[in-house]
Amino acid sequence: MAEPEHGHTNYMKIFWWLFGLTVTEVAFSVTLDLPKFAMIVGLVAFAIVKAVLVALYFMHLKFERKTLGIIFASTLILGAILVSVGIGELVLPRP
Amino acid sequence: MDHTAAAAASLPSAVSPLHPVPAHGHGSTETSTGIHSDKLGMWVFLCSEVMFFTGLIGSYIVLRFGSASWPDPSQTLNIWLTAFNTFVLICSSVTMVKALEAIRNGDLRKMKLFLCLTVLFGAFFLGVQVYEYSELLHHGFTPSVSLFGSVFYTCTGFHGFHVFCGVVCMAFVTGKAFLGKYSQASHQGIETIGLYWHFVDLVWIILFTIVYLF
Repeated sequence: MAEPEHGHTNYMKIFWWLFGLTVTEVAFSVTLDLPKFAMIVGLVAFAIVKAVLVALYFMHLKFERKTLGIIFASTLILGAILVSVGIGELVLPRP
Repeated sequence: MDHTAAAAASLPSAVSPLHPVPAHGHGSTETSTGIHSDKLGMWVFLCSEVMFFTGLIGSYIVLRFGSASWPDPSQTLNIWLTAFNTFVLICSSVTMVKALEAIRNGDLRKMKLFLCLTVLFGAFFLGVQVYEYSELLHHGFTPSVSLFGSVFYTCTGFHGFHVFCGVVCMAFVTGKAFLGKYSQASHQGIETIGLYWHFVDLVWIILFTIVYLF
């Protein structure tokens, strides 16, 4: 089986997106005086978009076989469960 | 014939674990998934790293929001310096992926240049982190000063250690590149270390947001 084609990604375009998002994220955090929950949701959204860009284009996950995506996604699901259990301990009422 | 050999004989040769298919033009072999063994091994390793960092970041979140009071990170940490360091790490990811693109196009000169730049950016990131640590320690922000201090040094310290390992491995790969060990047809080592390097960048993007900006 041949390796999948990695396409002709414009890496500099991804770089400028990452740069722009980082600057916006820091400005968002430092300058805006939003409620705590809105601030956290906004910052997490910025971080997720940047992480997805790195995984899809720099790590070529977008162009790889689905097997790799499934392996990686299953780990992310396990990680999300791990963090959710910890957060659940904080927010759920104790008996 | 023992059981293992019998089981292997019953499988088509392309999927037999005892008869991996040599990958064309690469030092590694192709697994039954169609993915080269080096790459698959690195991805499985990265999955274990995801769980490791999830444990650290999850602990930070639980301690942060489970504490009655928590210091504002921007009062203690130098956000702009670290934002610049994040920019440096993103630059190193770009030079890494450009090195891979160059060798795929058969441009050895550009590949060596971009690999050297990646090593330099990685070393610079570590240098800034050491400077940041020394400044923080000088101002009395030690790991034992508070819960925030403990988790800050644990999370960023483990990430820094991963960057250090990446720089060492990258220097090794760059050395091999200068010795002419990679070509347009055989460059799996560059792709494999690149995956690790991008993962370290990805983790820092998450850590920077959670530790410095929350």
